[in-house]
Amino acid sequence: MALVLERRPEAGKWALLLSPLLAVVLTLVSSLVIFWMLGQDPLRALQVYFLLPVSDAWGLQEVMVKATPLVLIATGLALCFRSNNWNIGAEGQFLIGAICGGGVAVWTHGWGGPWVLPLMLAAGALGGMAYALIPAVLKVKLRVNEILVSLMLVYVADLLLDWLVRGPWRDPFGFNMPQTVTFAPEATLPLLFQGGRMNLGSVIALVVVVAAAVVMARTLKGFEIRLVGQAPRAARFAGFSDARLTLTVFAVSGALAGLAGVLEAAGTVRQLLPGFSVGYGFTAIIVAFLGRLNPVGCLIAGIFIAITFIGGENAQIVLRLPRDMTLVFQGMLLFYILACDTLILYRVRRRVPGVGAQA
Amino acid sequence: MTLATAILLTVITAATPLLIAAIGELVVERSGVLNLGVEGMMIMGAASGVAVAIITGSSTLGVLAAIGAGVALAAIFALLTLALAANQYASGLALTIFGVGLSGVVGAPFVGVQREGIGRITIPFLSDIPVIGPVLFRQDLFVYASVALVIGVSWFLWRTKSGLILRACGENPVSAHALGYRVLRIRLYAVLFGGACAGLAGAYLSLVLTPFWTSGMTAGRGWIALAIVVFASWLPFRAMLGAYLFGGLIILQLHAQTAGVAIPSQFLAALPYLLTIVALTLIMAARRGTGAGSVAPAGLGQPFTPDR
Repeated sequence: MALVLERRPEAGKWALLLSPLLAVVLTLVSSLVIFWMLGQDPLRALQVYFLLPVSDAWGLQEVMVKATPLVLIATGLALCFRSNNWNIGAEGQFLIGAICGGGVAVWTHGWGGPWVLPLMLAAGALGGMAYALIPAVLKVKLRVNEILVSLMLVYVADLLLDWLVRGPWRDPFGFNMPQTVTFAPEATLPLLFQGGRMNLGSVIALVVVVAAAVVMARTLKGFEIRLVGQAPRAARFAGFSDARLTLTVFAVSGALAGLAGVLEAAGTVRQLLPGFSVGYGFTAIIVAFLGRLNPVGCLIAGIFIAITFIGGENAQIVLRLPRDMTLVFQGMLLFYILACDTLILYRVRRRVPGVGAQA
Repeated sequence: MTLATAILLTVITAATPLLIAAIGELVVERSGVLNLGVEGMMIMGAASGVAVAIITGSSTLGVLAAIGAGVALAAIFALLTLALAANQYASGLALTIFGVGLSGVVGAPFVGVQREGIGRITIPFLSDIPVIGPVLFRQDLFVYASVALVIGVSWFLWRTKSGLILRACGENPVSAHALGYRVLRIRLYAVLFGGACAGLAGAYLSLVLTPFWTSGMTAGRGWIALAIVVFASWLPFRAMLGAYLFGGLIILQLHAQTAGVAIPSQFLAALPYLLTIVALTLIMAARRGTGAGSVAPAGLGQPFTPDR
């Protein structure tokens, strides 16, 4: 084929917004085809996935409950990905955050006070941060591949949680179920409204998004992160240290993932148990890309993906579709985002015959 | 059969899927492409392999379907990263998420369906040699295929002109392009080969090792295969060594679990993942000590667009 990609001198502003929207539309069209192939009524399936979750007040609250961890984790990951640091172990940092924060709740159960909740949040964020610093330090000191290390640590965190809730932290009065005690009221986040599960966590996520947006757009650190990602050589000449930046973005993203974990534990689940996470840490990768690695974008993308999360649960009950269908759509969405991004960065041109013909 | 022989046999079966997937990815990375979607291609291979084998009753068709599924997923990855010059890291992650999800959908009707696994081949007389006989001459076809792959890939990469060109695409795509080689086409073949290997490795899991389907049955083996490639410094025979080391670790922790060692089973189960990190750290520290610099293909992970 005589088509070549040619780098555009400057990406249009409109294209930056259009590309994720186009990706969403393409994913919707593809899912219609898939539903039809699975013998489902495509429009009915679409309704279950995208409209049912937002059709009542309880559902809307659930969307925010699911969006909270996604937005928090994605905001941190966006910082990493922007500066070419591939932290894909957010799921592990999320679990460690829940373990550290939940540990405080289990430890203080029965004698805690109003100080428990702040302590839990701090423990969760610090735990996640420390866990994320393992791949970061190995990368900086020995150039060990951060992708593999952060991912391996997900499995380790998962097994650690499993051991804790079956062993030392098991609720002594829990009929031998593998779970901790239900957290005491002082170890749980207050609900925002009656008749739902939306809690203070969503407010915290919103504050974090605003703070991150300001840091990225208005501070030197934000400029540094953007510069290292876009022009590493220029950043080095400007005197920015690669190593320090890697440690910083890993620490921030780990802390945010850990915070998301403890908020999920203290706000939504209110105990620790083996199936604690539904894969927020991995889904947040897609949220970060759909949100154009931009904090406000992550907020919008997080809400959208949260809707499909709940839609997937609905589809499992109403349409008897396997739950993994949601992952298929998420993977497909990321494919389309990446493909559409090419249309921003490059222009497809017909190759002029005779010029630079290849052997 | 002695205990040592029995353990060696299980080590080989645990190592074989890692080895097959790692060899495929090694070729991909040698061509300059980093495909993080090994886990996704592998688990799709496992799901489609067992699905087709159950439907048709033929293990051979199952294996072919697994290879086909791996190649199909690799083709999506190639379309994104080669034709559209998309980010290879993100595309690979998308492939893993997509593959893990799709395998759950494809495998859902077959959960818990038991079938006869693919058996071993016994080579007469030779297999009667004590200790090494059963280990070397009483294996399934996959094991022999994996060894043939290692030898074949090593020969191809260092003894043929095509192999030299493939490595050139990985080291310096711009120069390879300037010399008139079609970098993207060569990378496409490499990526598809990697997909076929990952699919085959998946088939080994669901048709030989545990002859039934469970959701998420690869359990990170695709990622360990990626780690083995780094550990092996992108050399096929070292990848073989790495795969057998990891296979040994997996078996060791399984034996410790069944023997009732007074360590919680979760800690033993976490060992392969922790030791992957330790192995990567040690190998990087050793490389730093020798001052050899980076041994990774120089163009690894960089998208290439022919400008003319």
